[in-house]
Amino acid sequence: MASRISTSRRAQDRANAASTQHPRPDARRPRTARPVIEFRNVSKLYAGDVGLEEATFAVERGEFVFLVGSTGSGKSTLMRLLIKELDPTSGIICVAGKALDEIPRKRVPYFRRNVGVVFQDFKLLPNRTVYNNVAYALQVTGGSRKEIRAKVPDILRLTGLSTKLHNYPHQLSGGEQQRVSVARAFVNHPPLLLADEPTGNLDPETSIDIMRLLYRINRTGTTVMVATHDQAMVDKMRRRVLELSRGRIVRDEAAGLYTRDETTRDLARRLRAPSTPPPGLE
Amino acid sequence: MRIGFFIREAVRATRRSAAPSFAALATVLVTLLVLGVFIPIVQATNGAADSVRSRVEVDVYMKTHATAADDARVRQELLNVPHVKSVQFVSKATAYAQQSKIDPAAYKLLGTNPLPDTFHVIPDNPSNVLAVHNSLSPPTGGGGTGTIDQSIQTVSNKRNDTKKILEVTNLVTITAAALTVLLTIASILLIANTIRLSLYARRREVEVMKLVGATDWFIRWPFVIEGIVVGAAGALLAIAVLAVTKIALLDPLANNWTLIAAPRTISFTALVIVLMGAGVGVSALGSGLSLRRFLRV
Repeated sequence: MASRISTSRRAQDRANAASTQHPRPDARRPRTARPVIEFRNVSKLYAGDVGLEEATFAVERGEFVFLVGSTGSGKSTLMRLLIKELDPTSGIICVAGKALDEIPRKRVPYFRRNVGVVFQDFKLLPNRTVYNNVAYALQVTGGSRKEIRAKVPDILRLTGLSTKLHNYPHQLSGGEQQRVSVARAFVNHPPLLLADEPTGNLDPETSIDIMRLLYRINRTGTTVMVATHDQAMVDKMRRRVLELSRGRIVRDEAAGLYTRDETTRDLARRLRAPSTPPPGLE
Repeated sequence: MRIGFFIREAVRATRRSAAPSFAALATVLVTLLVLGVFIPIVQATNGAADSVRSRVEVDVYMKTHATAADDARVRQELLNVPHVKSVQFVSKATAYAQQSKIDPAAYKLLGTNPLPDTFHVIPDNPSNVLAVHNSLSPPTGGGGTGTIDQSIQTVSNKRNDTKKILEVTNLVTITAAALTVLLTIASILLIANTIRLSLYARRREVEVMKLVGATDWFIRWPFVIEGIVVGAAGALLAIAVLAVTKIALLDPLANNWTLIAAPRTISFTALVIVLMGAGVGVSALGSGLSLRRFLRV
């Protein structure tokens, strides 16, 4: 894999510099790599309208970041820029140290294999079973049948879909479909996982399941970025939050209280508990 | 393994989206049927036009007292004229025999043979007939026309008839060619459009594939194979229908109708190959090209 994070002294310096800007209580994983995501003065204009304005930030390896903001604030623009579905009007985007504007159109598919993406509307292939939907992500990379037989049941077990292997997407509930989507995004074990409103169409209980699943994936070392406007969920998860408003980053802070080594079960328990600061939140 | 995968994908797609595949197949079937009927008809028409044109010739009538030596000399002179393919000699006696067979009473009444020796001069190409005619009757000073040999009485002056025949047959040939081109374009557009519709229904799928990291050709191959399968199936059906029609209807009639039996029409084998190639080629190309629009994600 071309974009596996490589180690170099310069990268380390940059990582250290970035970490002093955003101090986070993260002692478990040493910072030896360059940022997984780096935006430098990135702007995106849509026929004169601002989609994203002068965005600058960095996300380190293994981080769990929330991207919040109301509709039209630029969350989706940022996500689509990250998978090179759109090109920025100006500025530089680096993913795993690779500048996206240097990737030729032909190489874009190979780049995308290193970024798992989960969408609000799941985007599953309607004509394929759960098993084949997940297998497709491996077939795309030229994975052998043997590899597919080994990996797909594994990831489906991780996402709790072992009993639904041969169902078609329309036979599943929303939460199950989203778990298939997460399984597909993660089956290649990409270093970066993006989720655009993954709980937007789901009820609170199912949302917690999905968040728990994303957290479990994050704990394997994968950087996870979640765009959402579920403010309550963000507050409870207590992870780093990037807030966008009308295309500008207006907040970038790590909620202090979270412990990195929290188990997924503890996380779920905490998420299900009534919110500590109740007023004003749904 | 790759090819196997693509074929399995194509079969799966055809099975799972049966209705659009069937629509594409029916379109291929109908257009190829029309083409399959039209191609022989155009060729028969062209053949008929050509046979009419091949009868265009210049007649050279000798003077009645011309000797055999004169005939031989004129024959050689005629052969030296540019654009002349061949010269056919009809002697007085032969002409008399032919004509009196048509109208024995009139010729018996006549008693003597009034017919001259005649040369039928056949040009190498029907459209050169006027050029040949002109060189056989060069203009003279007085504004009339002369001959190239003293023993030639006249050169037949059917200029107007010849011109008309050439114009009409030309028109027929051009019309047939234009119709063939138009019909071919219409078929291609119709098939491509049907394929495009069936792809449009699956554009979301293509988008998802791209977002998962599939390369363009990884997505395209199954569609192209599907196009080949659908095109081949449509072509096979069309050929089957044509074959049945030919054996059941045309072959019995061919004995009586010369137009159908026209020797210049395409052989059935060649027609089958053309239709098969057109069906498969157009639908495979159509699938591959129409997909391009949806691949820009």
